[in-house]
Amino acid sequence: MAAVAAAVKPTKKRRSFAPKYPAWLTLPSLLYYGIFFLGPMAILAVFSVSLQSGFGSVEYTFDTGQFAQVNDSLYISVFERTLLMAATGSLVTIAVGYPLAYWMARYLSTYKMLALLLVIVPFWTSFLIRTYALKIILDSHGYLAQDLGIDILYTKYAVGVGLVYNYLPLFILPVFASLERMDWTLIEAATDLGARPLTAFKDITLRLTLPGVVTGGLLVFIPMCGEYIIPNILGGGKFEFVGNIIGDTFGDAQNWPFGSALSISLMAALSVFVVIYIMFATREEQFGA
Amino acid sequence: MRRRRILTAKRGFTLWALIVYAFLYLPILVVVIFAFDKPSPTSVATFKGSNICDIQPADIGNISVWNGFTSCWFAKGLDTGLYTSAIKTSFVIAAEASIIATILGLGAALALARMRRRWRAPFDVLVYLTLVVPEIVIAVASLIFFVQVRSNFGAFPPLGRSTILLGQIVFNASLAMLIIRARFVGMGDKLEEAAYDLGSGPFSTFRQVTLPRLMPAVIAAALLSFTFSFDDYVLPAFTNGTTSTWPIVLYSAVRFGITPAVNALATLMLLVTLVLIVAVALLLRRSRVEGPGQEEQQGLGAALGLG
Repeated sequence: MAAVAAAVKPTKKRRSFAPKYPAWLTLPSLLYYGIFFLGPMAILAVFSVSLQSGFGSVEYTFDTGQFAQVNDSLYISVFERTLLMAATGSLVTIAVGYPLAYWMARYLSTYKMLALLLVIVPFWTSFLIRTYALKIILDSHGYLAQDLGIDILYTKYAVGVGLVYNYLPLFILPVFASLERMDWTLIEAATDLGARPLTAFKDITLRLTLPGVVTGGLLVFIPMCGEYIIPNILGGGKFEFVGNIIGDTFGDAQNWPFGSALSISLMAALSVFVVIYIMFATREEQFGA
Repeated sequence: MRRRRILTAKRGFTLWALIVYAFLYLPILVVVIFAFDKPSPTSVATFKGSNICDIQPADIGNISVWNGFTSCWFAKGLDTGLYTSAIKTSFVIAAEASIIATILGLGAALALARMRRRWRAPFDVLVYLTLVVPEIVIAVASLIFFVQVRSNFGAFPPLGRSTILLGQIVFNASLAMLIIRARFVGMGDKLEEAAYDLGSGPFSTFRQVTLPRLMPAVIAAALLSFTFSFDDYVLPAFTNGTTSTWPIVLYSAVRFGITPAVNALATLMLLVTLVLIVAVALLLRRSRVEGPGQEEQQGLGAALGLG
């Protein structure tokens, strides 16, 4: 009897079994990130306080002059334009994408995954090609301009269309994931108790999916702020983002310290959003969101 | 009454969904259609040669409207050495980046998935940082870094294919890690526990139980890395030296005169991509049958999520 009791006893507090993989498996990537991600970031910071001395060479000092130069009304206006465009683009993306994600999660069952796949497919095709295709559509000699009178290529509207178009799938996925987790019986209960559909949506659905909307919104807002290709192709160089100015200082102007200072400033401007995003992303454990 | 309201709401959402899908697919359709577009009638009239697809980009006229059907751009595109060699270069770099990144990501995913939160958190922050720092910033930082390292260590490769590859692996490894880990966490540890109970060692458990079940995610990660790397413009544009990748060639074509030959090549690549997507979708579908639905769906979302 006693033997049986002893045998039974340990199962009461069941040892949680978790085959672990050794921590050193992270070492290769850690080393890689250390060299090829943190390394460049560190040297970028060093360059941003260095001085340009001649063509393509620098003198290592601690000089904040580059940042004073960034703090010029010309560059400030580029930063403002970039953030404003990205914010508008993200809001439009939310307005366009949320109803679609809602539709997939609420009304589809058999074809849900197919609908999701159809959102993702364009994202797997070349970013450049898609942006170029928008250029064909928006071209001032194209049908939209000639027949419908919508001639917006090389304006902020073209850039906006490009932003929304290219980042829409990236927003829809995390929002769809959070809508998928929704318990729709809550809505039924609320309407049974007399809540109007809009109230039920506002108080339940929106509130429960807000974290998804925030992560999704930031997931598109942050890269939109660093966008380089879209303003170049659809803005035609007339509507430049910070990214384009950074590119120019490294490409044509060869003023690396100033370009570094611009890059650091862009990251500083984005840091708040990045911190919020990482907090949400790591807490939610909802990958890709 | 309420049923009717729900129905009309559903109809409204469906209509909206159709509009959004049209918006998403219109540009892709345009690329395919305009791969068969003739040069403008005036340029064809003044052209002396026999093959209208030999007309130079500068003389091609308005190709944003439909000028008539021709299929010669496909032959022309595949015949243009500049394009095909750039595509080959991109293909090789993307394949290498994808393999290395997937291996790095797999290792990190295995260890991190069951690591304590306290130890995992800093690594996670680093991974998410590599994903959210604007690519233009990473590109110029990598440019400075590569040039500086090269000038201090002669053994380091000059700007070119190797530096493109080295730079791209960072982002791709993070991507691969998140995809594989999502699946790994979703799988749970029941089968591994069973394998251990039946006397299987850690290594054979990994090889015979864990890895086969992780395979769909590993393949999805590899394909996604490949796609990202192949399609990447910004980082290679700054760290390429004199190497021309396909996006770099494409970009300068878009800016300085394009012919439908580019559309034709894009259409061909679209076909390849579609085949790959169907392959991945089938793989993930097969894997979904094996496990509990909810987690697998998360895995699918995650696998496709970042892509």
